[in-house]
Amino acid sequence: MVKSVTSLGRSGLHDWLWQRVSAVVIASYVLFMGGYFATHASVDFAAWQALFQNTAFKLFTLVFLVGLSAHAWIGLWTVATDYVKPVKIRFVLQSAVIIASVMYFLWGVQVIWSV
Amino acid sequence: MRFSIYRYNPDVDKEPYMQEFQLEIPAGKDMMLLEALLLLKEQDATLTFRRSCREGVCGSDGMNINGKNGLACITHVSELSEPVVVRPLPGLPVIRDLVVDMALFYKQYERIKPFLQNKNAAPAKERLQSPEDREKLEGLWECILCACCSTSCPSFWWNPEKFVGPAGLLQAYRFLADSRDTATDERLDDLDDSFSVFRCRTIMNCVNVCPKGLNPTKAIGKIRSMLLERGV
Ligand code: SF4
Ligand code: SF4
Ligand code: FES
Repeated sequence: MVKSVTSLGRSGLHDWLWQRVSAVVIASYVLFMGGYFATHASVDFAAWQALFQNTAFKLFTLVFLVGLSAHAWIGLWTVATDYVKPVKIRFVLQSAVIIASVMYFLWGVQVIWSV
Repeated sequence: MRFSIYRYNPDVDKEPYMQEFQLEIPAGKDMMLLEALLLLKEQDATLTFRRSCREGVCGSDGMNINGKNGLACITHVSELSEPVVVRPLPGLPVIRDLVVDMALFYKQYERIKPFLQNKNAAPAKERLQSPEDREKLEGLWECILCACCSTSCPSFWWNPEKFVGPAGLLQAYRFLADSRDTATDERLDDLDDSFSVFRCRTIMNCVNVCPKGLNPTKAIGKIRSMLLERGV
């Protein structure tokens, strides 16, 4: 058993499953947005606001944000542990990724709920 | 036939270099690369490599041949394009010429406890296994630990102390799949972190090089499924 404190999940399976589930969430959000733009010729402020005022869409966006943050954290954590060998540099990079993921997530939540 | 062979003797060489060799192979005659290397060793007795069985069962002469890992003793020179470039297995420290230090490879093998564990009292004669259960070990027990797979795996290059590697994982599954082994849970516990199994990115370099035609990627997939079934 190899231990790590900077990974998101408690086990390898946990991270692996999160990575896959979040990928599906991100893909469905992107597909939805693609469909939205394809069916709405001109998206003006009113249409955009209406979309984001819909509670279901707010929740969908929230789930997407959770997925995106987790996906970025796990993915970049993996890249860092593969390619960045000096422990100090890796620690700084991993901390930056974690802080950025959390910040973007919180900021995203604030944006959604201000609409 | 022209050969270009990696040479490095840490006692005298500052850094590794490639040495050119020429070998006359009579027209219409073929030989294994190992035989050719032994003839080249007659030209230059300092050329160093491992070998033993010379028939693909001991796993000692794994090397990188024209960019692909394989066993010299079962590689026909007629299949190789010239110059034949021979290097040590990638990713492991070189002891001398084509001889690499396999310590990390064996450490990962040792870690998966490559022996049968059974907490039930041993029966008078032997632990029986049905033909169907025995069938499950096909494609697993044949591994000769040549390290061709693990040393072609990028995930093993980057994390040889944490990622078990294809050879070790194939063996881990060999014991997970064995109906006579009762340590399945403990074995899975040992593997459920983000490195040991999950560092495999399914690149399949291992499958591509295995001289015994085994499929470590498939075994790794089976371990993942076992972890998943147990954890969900
Ligand atoms: S799985 Fe194949 S390549 Fe890997 S160590 Fe075993 S025999 Fe060699
Ligand atoms: S499939 Fe997995 S174990 Fe095999 S070479 Fe790729 S990463 Fe390594
Ligand atoms: S010498 Fe034994 S496998 Fe090649």
